[in-house]
Amino acid sequence: MIAVELRKLVLRPRMWVSVALLCGLPFVVAIFLATTHITPPPGQGAAFLSAVERNGSLYPAAALALVLPIFLPIAVASFAGDTVAGEAAHGTLRYLLIRPVARSKLLLAKLICIAVFVVVSIAFIVVTAYLTGVGLFGIGQAAAVGQPGGVTSLSGTALTPFDLAMRLLAAIGYIVLSMIGVGVIALFFSTVTVSGIGAALGTLAILITSEILATLDAANPVKPYLPTNYWLSWIDFFRAPVFWHNIERGIFSQVCYVIVFFGAAWANMASKDITS
Amino acid sequence: MTDNMIVTRSVTKRYGTVLAVDAVSMTVREGDRYGFLGPNGSGKTTLVRMLLGLVFPTGGELEVLGHPVPKEVRQALPFIGALVEGPAAIPHLSGRTNLSMIDAAGPSGRRDRKDRIEEALTRVGLGGIDRRPVRSYSLGMRQRLGLAAALLRRPRLLILDEPTNGLDPRGIKEIRDLLLELNQSGTTIFMSSHLLSEVDELCDRVGIVDRGRLVLEDDLATLRAPTGRVVVDTPDPAAAVAMLDGQVEMREGTRLVVRAPDPAALNERLVRGGVQVREIGPERRTLEQVVFDVTGHGSDRVDDIQPVVYDISDGVTR
Repeated sequence: MIAVELRKLVLRPRMWVSVALLCGLPFVVAIFLATTHITPPPGQGAAFLSAVERNGSLYPAAALALVLPIFLPIAVASFAGDTVAGEAAHGTLRYLLIRPVARSKLLLAKLICIAVFVVVSIAFIVVTAYLTGVGLFGIGQAAAVGQPGGVTSLSGTALTPFDLAMRLLAAIGYIVLSMIGVGVIALFFSTVTVSGIGAALGTLAILITSEILATLDAANPVKPYLPTNYWLSWIDFFRAPVFWHNIERGIFSQVCYVIVFFGAAWANMASKDITS
Repeated sequence: MTDNMIVTRSVTKRYGTVLAVDAVSMTVREGDRYGFLGPNGSGKTTLVRMLLGLVFPTGGELEVLGHPVPKEVRQALPFIGALVEGPAAIPHLSGRTNLSMIDAAGPSGRRDRKDRIEEALTRVGLGGIDRRPVRSYSLGMRQRLGLAAALLRRPRLLILDEPTNGLDPRGIKEIRDLLLELNQSGTTIFMSSHLLSEVDELCDRVGIVDRGRLVLEDDLATLRAPTGRVVVDTPDPAAAVAMLDGQVEMREGTRLVVRAPDPAALNERLVRGGVQVREIGPERRTLEQVVFDVTGHGSDRVDDIQPVVYDISDGVTR
C-alpha cells in the first residue's frame, strides 16, 4: 500500500514542478547576488545571505532561510492538502477503500508521502543551492579569515567544513520536522473537504494567523503554542555553542502538532461516511 | 443449500431528518442475477455504499459473504468487485498503470498481477490499449476500464451500478454476455440500472426500492407471469367482440385484451367462429409496468404531482 502511494507520488508531474519552483527561487537570488555583488548587510534580509559572498558552501542555509517563511509551507500545504481530498475529488478514494485498504493505513501511507515530499524537496533545495553557491561564489579564502576552513559561525568562531556539514544536517532535520507539522495540519483538512485547494488554504490561514500573532506582544501568552513560533530556531544550530533552548521547544511543539492533527484526521476518517 | 451473498435486516440510514434507507430487508443468494431498481433518490446508492463499508448504517444489520458489515467488511471485500456511481481513475496515468495501482493497493499477490490485468482488460474489450493517459479515454472506454478493475480478482460477487453507462448497443450486448458468462461460472451479480430492458434480459430476480423502502423483491419470472389475459390482434375486431362479448376487457383499434386462460384455445375459438387472427399471445406485465406501479417520482422532479402508487404487499396482482 505504502509502495503504491509512493509510486503515485513519483509519477505525479505536479510534485516535480513544485520541487523545481522551490529550487528556482534561491537560484534566481543567487544570480542577482553574484552579478551585482550587493549583499544585504548582516542582520537584514534572510539569514546567511550576507555571509554567502565569502563562502558559497553556506548557500544551502541561506536558500532554506529564503524558502522557509512562505514558499516551502505553501508547497507542503498544497501537496498535503491534496492527498486525501484529491482522491475524493477524482472519485478514486472509494475504490481504494473497497480494495480493501483500511482507512487508518491509507492515512498513514499519505502521511509517509507527505514526509517523503518534504525530505525530497529540501534535499533538492540543499543540493542545488550548494552547487549554485559553490559555483557562483566559490568556497571562500581561508587566508582572509585567518583560520582553516574559512567559515564563521554566527557567534564569530570558525567552523570546519565537517562542523558546518553537521550543523546543516541538524538544521535540515529540524526544518523537515517543522514542515511535516504543516503537512499534518493540511492532511487533517484534507480529510474534511473534497477540495485540495480548500485544505491548503485552511492550513495557510492557520499559519498566517500564527505568524501575525507572533508579532503581537498582546499574544505573548499563546506564542509558545503557535505552530510557526519556532520555525526559524534552526538558525541556533549555527551558533557556537549550539543554543538548544528554542530548538528543543520547537521539536516538542512540532511533535505535539503532528500527534494532535494526525489523531484528529484519524478520528475523522474512521467515523465519517464516504460519499465521494 | 446456497449461501446468501448479501443479507440486510431492517437496515436504516438517517441523515439528520432525512431517512435515506428505511428498514430494508433484502437477500441476494449465491448465483443470483439480482436487479436492484428504483427511482433516483430512492436510496439505492446509499444502500450499495453501506454494503461496501463506505457509509455506516444508523440501524439494522448488513451481512456480505457471511461477514457483518461494517465490522468485518474488509474480510469480504477481497471477494467483491464493484462499480459504484461511475468509474474513477487517476487521469494522467495509463489504463494499465491505474489497474496495477488498484491491484497493488489490496491484498492480492504481485506474482500473477500482469496476467490478471491482461485477462481483465481482454474480457472487457480493452486488450489493445496503449500508454495513453485515462483522461484521453472516451466515456465508454472509462466504463470498460472500471469494469476491468472490478473483475481483477475474479470476484465471487459483483456489485455494479449502471454497468453499461456510456456504451453503444453493441457494447451493451458485449457486457451483458460477459456478465452472463461470469454468472455461469459462479459469480453472483448484483446490479443496479435504469435500463429496464437490460435488467429484463439479464436478471432473474429484482428488488425495487422507493423513498428508502424495499417495496418489492421477487423473481422476475413470477412478476412477469401471464396475467390470465390474452392479447389478440385481429383484422375484424367488431366480430371478435361480438363473439366474445363479456370477456373483452379492453379494445384499442384492432387490438383486444381478452380475459381468457389459454391463447391457443382462444385462437381456435376465434378461427372456428370465422374471425381471423393476426397476432395472439398471453399478456405479461412488463418490468416497466411493475416498477411504475410500485414507485413514485425520482428526487430529480420537484413539484407536487404524484403518480398513483400501488402497495402490493397484500399480494394482489393489478
